[in-house]
Formats: sequence, structure tokens, C-alpha cells
Amino acid sequence: MSDLAIAAKGLRKSYGDKTVLDGIDLAVPEGTIFSLLGPNGAGKTTTVQILSTLITAGGGHARVAGHDLATEPQAVRAAIGVTGQFSAVDGLITGAENMRLMADLHHLGKQEGQRVTARLLERFDLVEAANRPASTYSGGMKRRLDIAMTLVGSPRVIFLDEPTTGLDPRSRHTMWQIIRELVTTGVTVFLTTQYLEEADELAHRIAVLNNGTIAAEGTPDDLKRLIPGGHVRLRFTDPGAYRAAAAALTAATGDETAQTLHVPHDGTQRDLHTLLTRLDAAGITADELTVHTPDLDDVFFALTDAPATSADAPANGAAPTKETVR
Amino acid sequence: MSTLSLAVRDSSTMLRRNLLHARRYPSLTLNLLLTPIMLLLLFVYVFGNALSVGIGGGGGPDRAAYIAYLVPGLLLMTIGSTTIGTAVSVSNDMTEGIIARFRTMNIHRGSVLIGHVVSSVLQSLASTVLVAAVGLAIGFRTTHATPLEWLAALGLLALFALALTWIAVGMGLISPSAEAASNNALPLIFLPLISSAFVPLHSMPGWFRPIAEYQPFTPAIETLRGLLLGTPIGHNGWLALAWCLVLTVLGYRWSTATFNADPK
Ligand SMILES: Nc1ncnc2c1ncn2[C@@H]1O[C@H](COP(=O)(O)OP(=O)(O)O)[C@@H](O)[C@H]1O
Ligand SMILES: [Mg+2]
Repeated sequence: MSDLAIAAKGLRKSYGDKTVLDGIDLAVPEGTIFSLLGPNGAGKTTTVQILSTLITAGGGHARVAGHDLATEPQAVRAAIGVTGQFSAVDGLITGAENMRLMADLHHLGKQEGQRVTARLLERFDLVEAANRPASTYSGGMKRRLDIAMTLVGSPRVIFLDEPTTGLDPRSRHTMWQIIRELVTTGVTVFLTTQYLEEADELAHRIAVLNNGTIAAEGTPDDLKRLIPGGHVRLRFTDPGAYRAAAAALTAATGDETAQTLHVPHDGTQRDLHTLLTRLDAAGITADELTVHTPDLDDVFFALTDAPATSADAPANGAAPTKETVR
Repeated sequence: MSTLSLAVRDSSTMLRRNLLHARRYPSLTLNLLLTPIMLLLLFVYVFGNALSVGIGGGGGPDRAAYIAYLVPGLLLMTIGSTTIGTAVSVSNDMTEGIIARFRTMNIHRGSVLIGHVVSSVLQSLASTVLVAAVGLAIGFRTTHATPLEWLAALGLLALFALALTWIAVGMGLISPSAEAASNNALPLIFLPLISSAFVPLHSMPGWFRPIAEYQPFTPAIETLRGLLLGTPIGHNGWLALAWCLVLTVLGYRWSTATFNADPK
């Protein structure tokens, strides 16, 4: 077990009578990117808060970087770096002052502190903004400062809670690049995201969290193998036709705003024929029909059984949802 | 590194952070400083003639004697007023994401609060120096104070500031917002109004006197008066020290227990 950066068994947490985590197990090998994937409210942040010693679990136990969370929290803290879902910078002082604060709290000497902070400011493209109050930074800059601060102590295990939520596409790709670079130095990254594309892109292993339990765990390929087929995507321009199709195809999941339906499909000609016959019988014509081979979207929808008209569920893993964080 | 040197090192880092905040955003502290200064001027120049009758011992109004009477109370009131700012800034700070970061770092657990407390005590003392300067400008003179008594006076102010600051930190920690914090901390500015700061105890109605006499401000005010003006201190010295000690211990335990609980 010594090669596991994070090993958790039966983690539980409830608030009042609401159970947020209902016994989750995690095993994250050292030097890998692990992604906890789940919709809003699944319990991702709660998991990160427990594993990073911010809150105590209601049950279960876990070891992070070889130390027990409950009995050696300071040893865990010495080994980890956390970039939470919400900005963890001091907005009242400048970026450089935030960095110096971290260097002082990690007890780096004056010269080493200066060297480390200068290098990180440079690496995260914050040199120009270094002497401005952090509250004036854009979302992407704040995130970069946040991660730069996390890296000052050279943590061995890094937690990133939805690091790209609310970022524009360019900042998001920059962030992906940063995350990939992190593991080249042997650190372990525990990443949460609502975006399937992101987990698929970055993670060696993915756990799908839904309603406080791990619905599936494995490599991206393992997960794709979990469901036999892909789906057929139907797009409508006429809301009446969309509603009629949603009613006729009970197996479909839909996105009302995008006027699209996803119908599970096992990849056979017969299955496709059945679908077309049903549409014909109901007198429905889709404006666009595409056949998709299985991808993580399908896994996600199959495992989290998103309701057919839910506006919260991302219709496509790549599409950012409405959630805005800062 | 030993626990103590770790504690000192992290606390002084946090203190630097808090002093940076205070220096960059001084408006709250300065606004709170206006209250005691305005009260001083108001009581001396507007109500002074009526209230000072009998204080100087001569029977008629005596402005110089009333200024001497007022300044010690207002110095302590300045501390109460400054610590309202402490409650507000602690409450604000707890909403800053960086506090969550501190909680997940291998630093001395108490350093975040100690940084706030030391910074706030320093601000309190700086504010009392400013109020004392206004007092001197309008004619406050100590009569007998020896250097030792000056030192004791300074020590009393520091202890009193420490005690009220720990209470204010606790108030800030339990307050969900800055407004709630300043409401919760109101007693810190209200108590001096019902102490012997403005009028002597013997001029208050009998049923009210015990309340005014034994609340924290009155013994501290009487002790400070004794040190600076040579009036009798009596049991007030011990009472003031006891209050400082009790409030410091209670405030410290309350604040650290609140801070160490899982954040909401
Ligand atoms: N401090 C809290 N008190 C009460 N409920 C909470 C608290 N923190 C989180 N929750 C609830 O727990 C659930 C999971 O939250 P969270 O871990 O933030 O999910 P995610 O990060 O996956 O969006 C949500 O329903 C949320 O409302
Ligand atoms: Mg979250």
C-alpha cells in the first residue's frame, strides 16, 4: 500500500440528516492524476475538504501521503497542497505579498523564498501583475496565483477542486497544461471536475461520484467499456417535435435548451432500425441525426441517470454548465 | 523546530499580514477612533459645564478638572471602540478563502488568531496615544504620575486591550457577516457609557451603581485615574487585573475552540 498517495475506505459525511458521502473508497497511486468526476452537489468538494484535513469525516478512514488523516493531520498537511473550489488568495494584498506569505509559512529562508516565489510568478505568467492587489485579478489570474501559492511548499500530493470551472477556453487549456506538467515531477494530483472531457483528457484514473457514492472507477478506457454501445443524438428545431420525441422515446435523455435527445444505442443496425421505425410511427422527423460511438458522456449518463429534462446535467461533457464560481 | 519557536515564527508572519491589512486599509480603525475623540470634545465643550459641577472639588464648573476626569475613561473607551474593528476584520477575514488554505497548511494552529490579536492590541495602543495627544492638546495634565506609574498605566492599557481583543475575536468568529460582527461587538463601546467614565458613581441612582461599579470598565478607569492623577485606587486595581485575566482566558478559549471547529 506504500505506493498509494491516497487510500480511503468508507468515507462518510452528513450534514444534519442529509448524507453527502455514503461510504466512498479511493485508491490513488503515487505520481498519477486522479479525477473525481461528478455533477454539481455530488460531494466532490466535501471529499477534497476531508482528504485535505479541512473538515473531519463522519466515518471511515484515510491515509494521505502515508499519514493517517485522523491521527497525524499535521503530517498530512506538511505533504499536501490544496487549491480549493473557491479562491484561496488574500485579496487585500498583492500577488507577490501572497507568495511571500506562503514562503514565510513554509519557513523558507529569505533568499530561497525570493528565488522560489520569483520562479513561480514567472512560470504562471504573473510577473506583471505581481504588485497589484490580488482582488483586482481576473478569474484565470486568481486561479494561477492560487496554484502558484499551493506549489511554494513543493507538495507531494496536490488537490485541485474544479480548477477550470468558470474559466474561458484559453485559460482552461493553460490550466490543463499546468496540471500535466505537475505530474512530470512525480507529484500526485487529485482533481475534481464536472467535465467529462477534462477527466478524459488529463486523468490516469477516474472515479464517478454520484449521490455520495462511487458509481464507477477505472481508467478512461475501463469506463468506456462499461457500457456496450454509444448513443444516437437527435436534434430538433421545432419544440413540439422535441417534446413528442421525448415522450415517444422513454429511454432517451434530453436537453431542452439545446433541443437534443440522446438515445442509448448498442451500435447494431437492428437497434438503429428499431429507433427509426419508432420515430416514423410517431410521425417525428429530427432535423439532425448523428450516431456516436461510446465515450465518457455515455458512461456518465448511464451511471448518474440524469433525468430526461434536467437543465443541470451537462448535455455534452465539453460544455461548461451555468455554474460560476467567483 | 520546537513548538514554541514554530508558534512565534508563524504568529509573527501572520502579524505582518494583519499589519499590512491595517496599513493599507486604515479607514475602519480611523473611523472608530473618531468616536472617543468626538465624545471627549462633546463632553468637555458642550456638556462640560453642567457635568463637571462638583468634580473639581470647588463646587462650580471646572473645565481643567473635568478634562482630567474624562481622559482616563476615554483612553479605555478607545480600546473598546478599536476592538469593534477587530470583530469586524476577523469576521471579514474568515470569509476570505485564504483562511481555508491556512487550515490545510502545516503551520502553528493558533497563529492566525494570534496575528489578529497582536495587531489589534498594537492598533489599540496607537489609538490611545492619539486620543491622549488630543487630551493633552485641550489641556489634560497629569499631576503626580511618576515614571513607574506611567509604566503601570501603559501596562494596564495593554492588558485591557488584550482582554477585550480576545473577546472581540470570538465575537468576530461567530458572526456570519461584518454587520453581525459590529452588532455583536456593540457592548464593547456601550459599556464605557455606563461606567464612571463620564460621571462619578456617586451621582448615579443607587440601584444602578453596582452594575456600573463592577463591570470591567469602571475598575480599569478608576485604576488608570489613580495612576495618572493620584486619586485613590483601593480594590479597583485588583478588580481590574482580575477582569483582564478572566476576559483574556475566556476570550482565548472561546476563540480557539470556535476556530478549531470544522468551518461552516
Ligand atoms: N457545510 C454544509 N452544510 C450543509 N450542507 C452542505 C455543506 N457543505 C456541502 N453541503 C451539501 O453537500 C452536498 C455536496 O456538496 P459538495 O461537496 O460541495 O458538492 P460538489 O463539490 O460535488 O458540487 C450538497 O448538496 C451541498 O448542499
Ligand atoms: Mg464543489
